[in-house]
Amino acid sequence: MISLNVNDQNFDIDADPDMPLLWAIRDLVGLTGTKYGCGVAQCGACVVHLNGEAVRSCITKVSRARGQKIRTIEGLSKNNDHPLQLAWNEVNVPQCGYCHSGQLMSAAVLLRENPNPSDADIDQAMAGNICRCGTYLRIRKAIHLAAELQKKGETKG
Amino acid sequence: MTGRFLKFTKGHAGALRMVAVMGVIGSLVILMAFTLHHDPKPAATLVVVKDSVASVAAFKKVYKVLMSPRCMNCHPSGDIPLQGDDSHLHTMAPRRGADGKGVYAMKCANCHQPTNTAGKHTPPGNPDWHLPPANMKMIFQGRSAHQLAKQLINPKQNGNKDLKKLLEHADDGLVLSGWNPGEGRTLPPLSHAEFKKQWTIWLKTGAYAPAK
Repeated sequence: MISLNVNDQNFDIDADPDMPLLWAIRDLVGLTGTKYGCGVAQCGACVVHLNGEAVRSCITKVSRARGQKIRTIEGLSKNNDHPLQLAWNEVNVPQCGYCHSGQLMSAAVLLRENPNPSDADIDQAMAGNICRCGTYLRIRKAIHLAAELQKKGETKG
Repeated sequence: MTGRFLKFTKGHAGALRMVAVMGVIGSLVILMAFTLHHDPKPAATLVVVKDSVASVAAFKKVYKVLMSPRCMNCHPSGDIPLQGDDSHLHTMAPRRGADGKGVYAMKCANCHQPTNTAGKHTPPGNPDWHLPPANMKMIFQGRSAHQLAKQLINPKQNGNKDLKKLLEHADDGLVLSGWNPGEGRTLPPLSHAEFKKQWTIWLKTGAYAPAK
């Protein structure tokens, strides 16, 4: 058995240590918000946070995540009210939506490390997340909006 | 009186002898401790015997390895690593970052696992995957043999390495990973053993730079 901590809950799963973390999250833990895209770390659809870093779960082995803190799109906020989620909704970012859990998880790392990102910062941070619908400009716009919402939230808090 | 005097003298001599023996033992202990404490490491491994011809010949072999994709791809002239046997810019354009480990959601270890990922053209792995840091980029790409040799022995351009550290660097984990590149990637032109041999010869014969 392998113990995983996903979104602050512990799960003991019966899995090969070499199983991709994505498989464990989707098929064994049952959280299907994280998507399979390419399977070789090229597209970013499967991004989750491993100890706060935006790892690609399709090629991250379960053994690397054992006992570590994993956060998926389902755990990004308690009420779907992370500034990025609010901004994504406000700007109507997704078209088909398939890549957006990965987009949001990558953007969350950017906003945590750089609360006031420039266009160039956003482009550098998000360059590994592909969107075949081409929503890149809306993604950039929404990240700027989320940065504003995050600042307001901090001011209120 | 005489008897008592003699007895006293005999006892006094015994005590003196004891003091002398203890003194000798004590001196030996101190001497041994001093010797053990100050045993200098043999300097033989760091002796440089200058030989410019042998040195340049060795570096020419070393240079072929350093300019192979397995070494040069992580020593780019820009801030984006190179990729593949044709050393194209890394897809997704990940950035060096201040520490050489990437930026934001694009950090090396987000894709590069502690070990190679199975399959062709999947991310190769190492626990310490990184580029040289932004404040000392240690660029290989575009360097002539002359330029690279000069750069490699300059502590201000080589990551603050002295001769000892340079010699040790041949066995650095990330250097070694060049010979374990994962499926679909060619190996450097020399074996690691041969590379280390030539690297050592180059450094121990004076680290001369080729003329060009």
